[in-house]
Formats: sequence, structure tokens, C-alpha cells
Amino acid sequence: MIKLEHVTKIFPDGTRAVKDLTMEIGKGEFCIFLGPSGCGKTTSMKMINRLAPLSSGKIYIDEVDIMKLNPNELRRGIGYAIQNIGLFPHLTVAENIATVPILKKWPKTKQRTRAEELLELVGMDPGTFLDRYPSELSGGQQQRVGVARCLGADPPILLMDEPFGAIDPITRGKLQDEFLKIQAKIKKTIAFVTHDINEAIKMGDKIALLREGELVQFSDPATLLNAPKDEFVRNFVGADRSLKGLRLHRVRDIMQESPQIVKLGENPVEVKACMERDKLKWAMLVDDQNQFLGWVTYEDLREDKPIREIIQPAAVTAAPETPLNEALSMMLNSAIGNLAVLDEQKRLLGVLTFENIREVLGQAGSAQNGFGGKDR
Amino acid sequence: MKKYITLALLLVILLGITVWMTSLGSVGIFKMAPTMKVLTATTRHLQIVAAAELLAIVVGIPIGFTNTRRAVRFVSPVLIGAANVGQTVPTLAFIGIAGAVLGMGYKAAVVALFVYAMLPIIRNTYAGIRSVDPAVKEAAQGMGMSRWQVTWKVELPLARPVILAGIRTSTVVNVGTAAVAGMIGAGGLGEIIITGIAVRVTQLILQGAAPTAALAVILDALFSGLEEVVTPRGLKVLKQAQ
Amino acid sequence: MWIQAWNYMIKHSDKILNWTLQHLYIIVVANAAAAVLGILIGIFISGKGRERLADTVIYLASIMMTIPSLALYGILMGILSALTLPSIGFLPVVIALTLYGLLPIVRNTYTAIREVDPAIIEAGRGMGMSELQILIKVKIPLAVPVIMAGLRQAIVMNIGIAAIGSYIGAGGLGQPIFRGIANYRVDLILIGAVFVSLLAIIADLLMGRVEWLTTPKGIRIRGRRT
Repeated sequence: MIKLEHVTKIFPDGTRAVKDLTMEIGKGEFCIFLGPSGCGKTTSMKMINRLAPLSSGKIYIDEVDIMKLNPNELRRGIGYAIQNIGLFPHLTVAENIATVPILKKWPKTKQRTRAEELLELVGMDPGTFLDRYPSELSGGQQQRVGVARCLGADPPILLMDEPFGAIDPITRGKLQDEFLKIQAKIKKTIAFVTHDINEAIKMGDKIALLREGELVQFSDPATLLNAPKDEFVRNFVGADRSLKGLRLHRVRDIMQESPQIVKLGENPVEVKACMERDKLKWAMLVDDQNQFLGWVTYEDLREDKPIREIIQPAAVTAAPETPLNEALSMMLNSAIGNLAVLDEQKRLLGVLTFENIREVLGQAGSAQNGFGGKDR
Repeated sequence: MKKYITLALLLVILLGITVWMTSLGSVGIFKMAPTMKVLTATTRHLQIVAAAELLAIVVGIPIGFTNTRRAVRFVSPVLIGAANVGQTVPTLAFIGIAGAVLGMGYKAAVVALFVYAMLPIIRNTYAGIRSVDPAVKEAAQGMGMSRWQVTWKVELPLARPVILAGIRTSTVVNVGTAAVAGMIGAGGLGEIIITGIAVRVTQLILQGAAPTAALAVILDALFSGLEEVVTPRGLKVLKQAQ
Repeated sequence: MWIQAWNYMIKHSDKILNWTLQHLYIIVVANAAAAVLGILIGIFISGKGRERLADTVIYLASIMMTIPSLALYGILMGILSALTLPSIGFLPVVIALTLYGLLPIVRNTYTAIREVDPAIIEAGRGMGMSELQILIKVKIPLAVPVIMAGLRQAIVMNIGIAAIGSYIGAGGLGQPIFRGIANYRVDLILIGAVFVSLLAIIADLLMGRVEWLTTPKGIRIRGRRT
């Protein structure tokens, strides 16, 4: 849908910011421009909506050369979100979101309803926020409004320049998750700039890794991690790329679904004997509704103590869709070292052990691809 | 560079007018002020301005400074507010009241000028010291400087540019106010202007107005140069980086 | 002396009103001119690539400010009579006031527009606003409070300068002051001085209110977090 052909950008002072960039972003694809500072990623993105004029080469959107279009009209058809957000402080949230609809002269009622829709989409209550002013919002809220604003007139393409950059990591993680959910619903074609490899892997369908203006590798996250093209890519991705690759998988992909379970009412001596026979060091305690209560270890089982008294509750548990990197982190924090996988009603679905994760790491390391792409 | 050229040009024009008018000798039945008179008037003018300004600096800076101290923090808003309001009062009103209350003449003029010139100095001293980053003061105290040292070595140097700017404004305005004080018999270049207006001789008016303007412009330029010299180097670099 | 002044005020309140109105008339005309000219100039020099022009314009305006009012009146009288235009009264005073009012307004307009957060302008551009739309919908609304502050400065300053202008025949509240000085009528001096001061103070307060009112709501409510 967006085609860049031999695009070059030379600044007036002679800096060659982008050198002969040729790539294509398919419809509905979430493409990340990634690279260190000064690699030309932001410039490349800005050339798509002509905020940065091209020095040479061509860019086509839907087979139309962008130079043939009126720049302001071109931009009204493309959503634009930047790191410092740039919300208009003198306008309400509703007016900010409706900026492009207003430019396009939508009827007033449509403007308002659209603002309401989008505010809900980004997880903010229209009733509370529509008539507020940006200075009354927190950083995370402002960023969400920024995203809502760029979706204003429902453009098919979005350009986003580190839109989640200026906030704390926790809020950023949340916003990224929410944005992925939104993208799953609306399937926009997105060009997204970031310098954060983790964000790129988490969010992108395809990653264009740039270095000093040149495209070094253009592939999906799994390939980037498992088959880095050269030293630069390897270094940029990081020595822990296998660990990073864990992000691409979910707990449900590799968990064991029939863990060893113990029920409350059972006799400790019998259980201990069972465990000894099967050489088990631990078991998972559930109640009659299969809700997870905690861990039971071999050493703690004694004939004089009912099972109820030796439960070690789990400090953390995982959900089936938890990414493996988070799961690993949780495991390292738990005393037991295994992770219970629960559904929303806290019922036990399975268990995850270090072994399971090590298998994934081993497979990713040796083969050309991992388990295949990621799912959402 | 361009700025100096513009300035020089302006001064040349103003002084040229003065010389030209003086050289006229007389216009109709009116005698222009002879060169001696122009020079005496200028000297007198400068005397008034200098006297008032020096007094204003000597009294004003301590007042401004004292107002920044915590001890007087309840009183200072009132005093600074008064200074603000005082500056709103038109100069003519000031001069007029001084003349009314103190009688006409040189002394009343200097008093009025002194009070009026003090106001921007008080304000700027106050603002300048207030604007010093509290973190810097804290660091200084943390390193063992006594309160007095913090003031002398940190607050005042950092506030210097703002204080000087206040003195600059005060002086330049003073030149104009002193001209108006010619009304109440203070002498100086204002007298020439006022006589000229009274007898409706434009040339005489110009003979007083041009040098007054030149005086103000010269003083302003001098202070501008002084500001350059007085600003601590670190602050200059900081300003450039912004 | 104060009692004399009080009596005068009661007895001649019509004259005082007259002077006040004359004064106001001059102020309004001159400051309106300064505002219109100043804002237009300010907007013009804030455009892209015009930094050097901006520097020059602001420098010239600031030199203007250093010239004492009485001297400027004198010079203007000279120029106007050379041009055979009326050299006393309304005209020279209004011209002088307009010139003085230009600096605060031009400088404030220029600075305010220049200091709009570049991220906001980039966002506007990226969303497809033309330069003109950005100027009208974003830059100017955000600059209004600062421009109003400049206008306020100009007005208050000009009230004082206009008082001096009474001497060259423009009427206004300087009249009683000058007459009082000439005839040694202290009550007149006081009336003039007090009333013109009041005018200045009230104008300052009023303009402060106007400043507040013209600040776009979104910027007024700074820092109120949910």
C-alpha cells in the first residue's frame, strides 16, 4: 500500500539522512522503523506524508505518487502522532480529537460522536473527558488522546513517531497492549518509528532496521531475532536476543496441561507416598471447583499436619496469553520456580516450568525460525 | 555590527540637529539658546539625573534585597505591590505632586526623580534575587557557605544582570523625567524645550529635544555595554544555549 | 491644600470629566492604532526566515522607547511643522503614543507566536493544516494572552505620556497639572495628578481582567489534574 522506491534525503547542510531506501508496507501491516539515533527512521516516516521533502526517489500510496497530491489533503488522509503529542492546549479533548474531521468539514454532530467513539476506543470515559482540557490530563491520558486524535477521520494509514516514548515504562506497556488490541480491531496500515527493540518486537508485523540512512534488514520480528543479517543487527538486537524472542510466544503455546494436582481433603501420607513413587518434588493444590490454592512440596508433607496447613500460596500466577518473557520474569521471582497458569476464574489450566522455557530457547537458537510468527 | 551603525547614525542626526539649531542664533525676534547655555543645561540635566539615580541605587537595592529575605516575607508583597503601583503612576503626576508639596525648584525635582527612579530598581533587585534557582543556594549552603557568603557569592552575582537592567531602565527613564521636571524649575534641557513650546518656536524646541534624546540613547547604549561586561560568563553561555 | 483640591473637584466636576474624556479619546485612538499596526507587524516578522528582519524591527522599536517623551514631542513638532501639518495638539501626541505603544505590542506578538510549542505546530502540520490555518487556529489563539499583556503595558505607559502631551495643546488630564504649576494652584496640580494616576491604575486593573478573559480556557486551567 505504501511503496518507497530509491528514496533519498539529503539535508541542506549535506547530511545524507536516508540513502536509497526501497521497501513496501502492505495494507493492514504494522511496520516498524527501527534503529539508533540519527539512522533516518523519523525522516523516512516523515517523507511519507511530505513533512520532509524527498531529495530523490518516489513514494507511492495505493499506486499514486504522493508528489501528485496536494500536501494538506494528503496529510488529512493520514493519521499523525508524535512523541511530544502536541495536543492543542487551548482546545478541549473533543475538539482536539476532531481536528481532522473539522478540517474536512464534517457536520458538528458527527464530529462529536466520532470523538466519543474514539475516546472509548482508547479506554477513556467520554462523559468525563470530552470537555476537559489537555492541561488537566496526566501524561498517559494525553498520549491516549493523541492516539485518538490521529484516528480522527478514520484514515487508512497511520504515521507514528515514538508516540509512547515520553511516558513511564509501566504506562507505556499498558498503552502498547491496548494499542495492539485496537489495531486488531481496525487493521490500519501503520508506519511506526521507535528506537526500542523491545517495542519493535512486541508491536510490529515487519521491522525495517536502519543504520545511517540505509536499510539493513527488513523482516518480521522472529527472523530479525533468529537470523540477524550482520554484526550490526546482531549487536542492535542484543546478546539476549533469545530471551527477547520469548516475547513472541505465549504461555499457552508451551504449558503442560496436566500438572500433578492434589486435592484438599487427601491424606498427606498417601500423597507423599505417591510423590515419592513418581519422583515428584511438588504438586499443585486445587479445590473442588479446580481453583488453584497453592503449592505443596514433598518435604512439607507430614502425617500429623493436614494439607491445608502446609500450603504455599503462589505469589504470582500466569494467564494463558502472558508472553513468555514476562512468565520467565515471574518464575525467577517465585520461590517455587514454577508458574501456575490460571484462567479468569482462577481455575487451574496448566503449569509452566523452567524446562519448558529452556526448550523454546534451545529451539530458537539452533533453527532458522522459532515457532513461527507471533499471534495476538 | 548593524546595531552600532544604526545607533551612531541616530546620534549623528540628533547632535547634528542640536548644532544646527544652535547655530541659527535667532529665529525672528526670538533668540536661540547660545552654545554655553546648551552645555550648562546639559550638565545640569546630567547632574540631576546622576544625583537622583545614585540615591535611588543606594537606597533601592537594599530595599529590594531586604524584601527577599524570609524575615519580611509578610511585608514584602505589600512593598513590592506599592512599587508596582508607583510605577503605574504617570511621571508628570509624580513631578506635579512633588512640586505641589515641596515647592518648585531643583530640590523637589531631585526628590521626585529619586523616588521614581527607585521603583524599577526595587522591583528588579527583588525579582532578580528571587529568580536565583533555590537549588543553587541550597548547594552553596550545603558546601558550608554562611548565609552572608551565599548572598554575596551566589545570589548577588547571579542577580546582577537583572539588577543592572533595572538600573538601566531607571536611568533612561530618568532622563525623560528630568526633562519634564523642567516644568517645576529644575533647570536642565527640559527648560529649553518648555520655553520653546511656550513661545511656539519649533527650532528652540528642537534645540532642547534633540540633545535630550541623544543623552537618553547614549546612556542606554553605555548601559547595554556595561551589561555585557557585568554578566558572569557562565550565564552568558547559558543564554546562548537557550 | 487637599481640602482646596476636594472643593475644586466638587465645583468643577464637569471640567474634570471633560479632561478625562479628552485624555481617554487620545489613548483609545493611539493605542488602537498601535495595536492594529503592532499585531500585524508582529505576525509578519514572526514568519519563517524573517529572523533578521524581526531583530531589526524590534531593535528600532526599542530605540524608540529610550527617547524621552518630551523630546519626542519636540522632534515630532519639528517634523510636522516642516511638513506643514498641524504641529501642536492632537496629532503629534497621537503619533508619539502610537510609536511608543508599538514596542510592547510588536515584541509580545512576535515572542508569543515564536514560543508556541513546536510539537503543537508539527502536529497541526502533520494533520494537514495549511500554514494559514495553523496561524489562525493555533498560533494566534495561543499568543493572545501575551499580546494582551503587551497592550496593557502600552496603555498604562501611554496614559502617563499623554499627560505630558497636554502641554502641547492636546488637552487631557495634564492640563490642570500644567496650569496649576504655572499659576501656583496646588489644588489644580493635585486634581490632575490624582486623577491621571487613578486613570492609570484603573486601566491597569481593567486590562488585567481583559487579559484573563481573553486567555483561552484551556490555558487558564493550568495544572488542574484529574
